[in-house]
Amino acid sequence: MAVLVLLDHDGVAIRQPSRAAVTAAAALGEVHVLLAGEGLAALAATAARIAGVARVLVADAPVLAHLSAEPLAALMVRLSERYSHLLAPATTLGKNVMPRLAACLDVQSLSDVCGIVGPDTFLRPIYAGNAIAKVQSPQPRQVLTVRAASFEPAAPEGGAASLEVVSTEGLPHPARFVGAEKSGGARPDLTAARVVVAGGRGMGSRESFSLLEKVADQLLAAVGASRAAVDAGFVPNDYQVGQTGKIVAPELYIGVGISGAIQHLAGMKDSKVIVAINKDEDAPIFQVADYGLVADLFAVLPELEAELAKS
Amino acid sequence: MKILVPVKRVVDYNVKIRVRADGSGVETKGVKMSMNPFDENAIEEAVRLKEEGVASEVVAVSIGLAACAETLRTALAIGADRAILVETDVALQPLAVAKLLAALARREEAGLVIAGKQAIDDDMNATGQMLAALLDWPQATFASKIAIAGGEATVTREVDDGLETFVLPLPAVVTADLRLNEPRYASLPNIMKARKKPIATLTPAELGVDPAPRLKVLEVTEPAHRQAGRKLKTVAELVAALRDEARVI
Ligand SMILES: Cc1cc2nc3c(=O)[nH]c(=O)nc-3n(C[C@H](O)[C@H](O)[C@H](O)COP(=O)(O)OP(=O)(O)OC[C@H]3O[C@@H](n4cnc5c(N)ncnc54)[C@H](O)[C@@H]3O)c2cc1C
Ligand SMILES: Nc1ncnc2c1ncn2[C@@H]1O[C@H](COP(=O)(O)O)[C@@H](O)[C@H]1O
Repeated sequence: MAVLVLLDHDGVAIRQPSRAAVTAAAALGEVHVLLAGEGLAALAATAARIAGVARVLVADAPVLAHLSAEPLAALMVRLSERYSHLLAPATTLGKNVMPRLAACLDVQSLSDVCGIVGPDTFLRPIYAGNAIAKVQSPQPRQVLTVRAASFEPAAPEGGAASLEVVSTEGLPHPARFVGAEKSGGARPDLTAARVVVAGGRGMGSRESFSLLEKVADQLLAAVGASRAAVDAGFVPNDYQVGQTGKIVAPELYIGVGISGAIQHLAGMKDSKVIVAINKDEDAPIFQVADYGLVADLFAVLPELEAELAKS
Repeated sequence: MKILVPVKRVVDYNVKIRVRADGSGVETKGVKMSMNPFDENAIEEAVRLKEEGVASEVVAVSIGLAACAETLRTALAIGADRAILVETDVALQPLAVAKLLAALARREEAGLVIAGKQAIDDDMNATGQMLAALLDWPQATFASKIAIAGGEATVTREVDDGLETFVLPLPAVVTADLRLNEPRYASLPNIMKARKKPIATLTPAELGVDPAPRLKVLEVTEPAHRQAGRKLKTVAELVAALRDEARVI
């Protein structure tokens, strides 16, 4: 049987974690993807080019414009009979929709799958990633969200999938969208960036994050933050890295003024190379860092920017 | 309007957990247990809604071993009016918890359920969504702001690219994120008062639910450990190491 992947997108682009979910799905069967939303003509063509995708199901309707859980789960229930597995990336979209879908199907979903052992056996982190559970799911249908950092994203080009329009008639939409505050901007997406530069409470203020941004500019990096930095209002919520924020695994992660609480480490300890900059030599982040600088960040950041500009 | 708040007893977030050598799970014996942090936000929010006069009663629910009564006492000390313990020694998974909560929400005729967004032990982030599905209620997950008026809840959600606000007709399920509020510390008089508040005990059978787990945990292991690397003296050394040794810039 084929496998269905719910694509996460912002109406303009397909988010990279969706392509990681395609890779996970390819280990389970023929991959179909579901593109839901409103005004999808251009995105459908983009989805059809993702390597490894055999079919794109397009559900284009105003009720799906905000990708709310109620209509999306109802739609996926209708499609579920054709599929052995229903997957989504473990983004806020996938986390919102998939458990609702699973309950409608009377199955227990698995969240944040980080490894596929077999068609019904999966690995997932528990306790903020301090333990890994190998879980078998003897259920007729599997509903999963997939941790993007654990799967190489499928190539955006190379596929030639067929398109199928699916009916959106009669979908429920009890919730009314009022508005959004989206950060956007020119920086690469945190979960997809090759380099992440993150600041913590040690940054001290919103203004001093500009020191970090200048370093990020040099490295074409995404900017992240600890929860303490978000709570203090230095940066918006979507910068948060960790157990309750985003999971990142870039080539290079630079943590600045971050102590390294387990909830923060949960979100970045799978990065390939970790650099920590902290004035406290006993900060726990040094225990996972490949390179550490025990120094005042206000001295280091301008120097780092200048040094990077040189090379 | 009655608000139901499910609270889970979990290993305290400050505890460095230990994976059992035989791979059977995480050691919870002799370990400090607390209320799941997100559930503290949920209880706090429900109590504030009662203080504002929006809610008539706040009912805390915990499902699990008899020791969950301690977690319920904490909820009562924060300001819940009464509590329900659904006692079972079965290993609980979100679908079973959601079925039990759905039965209770119907029995109590709750107008709103505020759950935590995620339990910090299983990290499933699923129960609230499953509950909303079973009740066929609208849902708003990862809430950082809730306002109730005119039979509707206006909820701001923390999503991957910022914030989104939705209006949901009640009854509904909302799951709490950490920035929803700053939970209060229970005062000593309130802790004393909480001792006198009622905790009713029920079983899954009384609620007509079979809580048997659907997933089989085959093995629990430790993740690969990272080695601490080296400390460098200067920024120039760092840049050189990243360029020539790690080759990441
Ligand atoms: C349920 C739960 C979930 C959580 N989820 C997350 C999560 O997803 N992500 C997350 O990050 N946290 C999370 N937390 C919070 C976490 O426990 C920590 O409180 C938080 O990560 C601390 O952030 P921090 O390292 O920036 O702050 P602190 O721990 O205060 O560390 C600040 C660091 O900055 C250093 N510093 C200060 N000034 C300077 C300077 N001038 N130069 C250099 N260094 C300096 C200090 O030495 C210190 O090490 C969660 C907590 C709970 C309970
Ligand atoms: N055993 C339980 N008892 C009471 N509430 C629970 C229980 N398990 C989960 N919950 C609620 O569901 C939320 C999400 O849990 P989970 O889906 O397991 O991550 C928690 O924050 C609690 O509000």
